[in-house]
Amino acid sequence: MINKIKTVKEAIADIHDGASIMVGGFMACGTPEILIDALVEKNVRNLTIICNDAGVPGRGVGKLLSNGQIKTLIASHVGLNPEVAQRMNTNVVEDKLECILIPQGTLAERIRAGGAGLGGFLTPTGVGTIIAEGKQVVNIDGRDYLLEKPLRADFAFLRGSVTDKFGNTTYNGTTRSFNPMMATAADYVIVGACEVVEIGKIDPNNVVTSGIFVDAIVGGEKQWQI
Amino acid sequence: MADIKEIIAARVAKELKDGDVVNLGIGLPTMVANFLPEGVSIVLQSENGIMGMGPAPESGKEDVDIVNAGAQYVSVNPGAMFFDSATSFGIIRGGHVDATILGALEVDQHGNLANWIVPGKMVPGMGGAMDLVVGAKKVIIAMQHTQKGKHKILKECKLPYTAVGVVDMIITEMGVMEVTKDGIVLTELHPDFTVEQVQEATEAELIISPNLKPMK
Repeated sequence: MINKIKTVKEAIADIHDGASIMVGGFMACGTPEILIDALVEKNVRNLTIICNDAGVPGRGVGKLLSNGQIKTLIASHVGLNPEVAQRMNTNVVEDKLECILIPQGTLAERIRAGGAGLGGFLTPTGVGTIIAEGKQVVNIDGRDYLLEKPLRADFAFLRGSVTDKFGNTTYNGTTRSFNPMMATAADYVIVGACEVVEIGKIDPNNVVTSGIFVDAIVGGEKQWQI
Repeated sequence: MADIKEIIAARVAKELKDGDVVNLGIGLPTMVANFLPEGVSIVLQSENGIMGMGPAPESGKEDVDIVNAGAQYVSVNPGAMFFDSATSFGIIRGGHVDATILGALEVDQHGNLANWIVPGKMVPGMGGAMDLVVGAKKVIIAMQHTQKGKHKILKECKLPYTAVGVVDMIITEMGVMEVTKDGIVLTELHPDFTVEQVQEATEAELIISPNLKPMK
């Protein structure tokens, strides 16, 4: 059986400048900080980060932002991290952040579609707004919908509460959020796990993400305070 | 006059029925849960993945893995469930949320809403708002009537829309307004104000309900 247990350095070894990375969590609740910290240390640049939000300064994606590693941020809400606005508006070319805002439900479903083999989906969200610009409008039974395309990435960072050595993962409380969809929508999936257990220790009824989606498991993730 | 936010939140709470599934925005809307009439019990949905959200936990009893959409610690009620974001927005877009209550930068007489961006100034993002106002059965805007005297209830929104034609009701410290196909109807007036004062604070032309009642 393939050994998926890695050190954090081994797990992120293939992440290169310009990579796209999905990062699980919601306002950093459910974001694997050990993987983020290792990425800050590795200092790869020009990343495209796909995450619900920009975390907060000093937490989650906020650390990558402060270190100037993000070129493009794809998120639904960035208002709780003032550094996003600063970097969007800066005149310093190398610090300039491109921020693409997507309605939260559309972001979640685009990632789900990316992992589920769908060519896209139709949503009423955003019809008649600037979100609709450049998108195909499809009328189904008298109602307009936007055609939204699937989203995938090179890597995904998940935060598991309990992960077995195959990669089967559970998520406590609201740490689940975007993690289960991101598990399915990236080429290489890394779990930062609070607890790593032997295969068979998690009741199959409770597994949320199957180990088939997981390429690497890093233990030692903690429960972080807000 | 009592605290303006409390007046608004208390009036909004009367719109909710026993058993309603409700999503409350951050800020003033969150206060609505404190003013539910006796015998009315609602199920709070939090878009980051909770059905059956409870109040803030006592200090020291927080679970660091359980937060609301504003990243504050919350509790969950007996019978609650956690789910992922795709499921959460399936619930929202699918029409399974009875009411969503949120603030606005601008709202107009066609029920158009703007509350996510001030181009060139403030770009917080829409978060879940665009999905919520399109998917929820009833959209209630709870806000102060003006922004320090500047009109917020307009003939036409000037800021980019969050969604078009979605607002059902506007509740402010001055009164209660319903958005109809004919325009905005003032149905309740707070006793501290006159109809003329409300109209002066509103750019859109108000239709005064023949059954205008005092706002309580």
